[in-house]
Amino acid sequence: MVPTNYLLALSAVLFIIGVAGVLVRRNALVIYMAIELMLNAANLAFVAFAAAFGALDGQIAVFFVMTVAAAEVAVGLAILVTIFRTRKSVDIDTLHRLKG
Amino acid sequence: MSTNLLVLFVLALIAVGAALGMLFSRNVVYAVLFLVLVMLTLAVLYLILGAPFLALAQVTVYAGAIMVLFLFAVMILGPQKLPAAGGPIGWQRPVALGLTLLFLVEVVAAFAAKVGALGTLNGAQAGFGSPAAIGRLLFNRYLLPFEATSVLLLVAAVGAVVLTKE
Repeated sequence: MVPTNYLLALSAVLFIIGVAGVLVRRNALVIYMAIELMLNAANLAFVAFAAAFGALDGQIAVFFVMTVAAAEVAVGLAILVTIFRTRKSVDIDTLHRLKG
Repeated sequence: MSTNLLVLFVLALIAVGAALGMLFSRNVVYAVLFLVLVMLTLAVLYLILGAPFLALAQVTVYAGAIMVLFLFAVMILGPQKLPAAGGPIGWQRPVALGLTLLFLVEVVAAFAAKVGALGTLNGAQAGFGSPAAIGRLLFNRYLLPFEATSVLLLVAAVGAVVLTKE
């Protein structure tokens, strides 16, 4: 039916688009979204391997990745909102002062 | 049976196109919606791969909860147009793109070298990836990590409230 390699290639391409987003974009929100894209690409590889080996453990790993992503987004967006309140910007180029 | 292959190609095109749209769109709201599209296509892929529970969790948790949280944050921070390129380090962007392409070559080479013999996926047997099977595994072998994630979610919720408190 579906060759595993195609799914892994799709996963790799999505992951690399996420890497490019983290490296190139300057808006902290977009960088967070690129991180989410990388997590999703890794999830796709997990599901593909779970189907290839007939083992459910890969799908359990995806479940845990989803919960950790939810926690990460909640805390990360709270940090971003706090930064925006003090600096009026989420452009990471303006966030270069360690001392408040 | 090539319908699945056809569906895979169409979904892959949509997913990669939407991911590129997220990468290049100047409007943050459009970027969020492109990412929602990527996640929905991945949910359909999960259905093909015999993971119906994960497909529904992907739609509800990722496309539903997480991306709505992102939209909420975009609206709080103001959906401002992003400035064009040109930061304090001028050579950063081309170097980043070059390194990204190098990484792509490396990943493809690693896949080609290591997983060339994985073969094709046959149809999953009945019950594989069903909520019952997932739950049985989750509450037996992975019970301790499961409880740890519940504590993690509680800590994250409390942390988010404390961080955003005036």
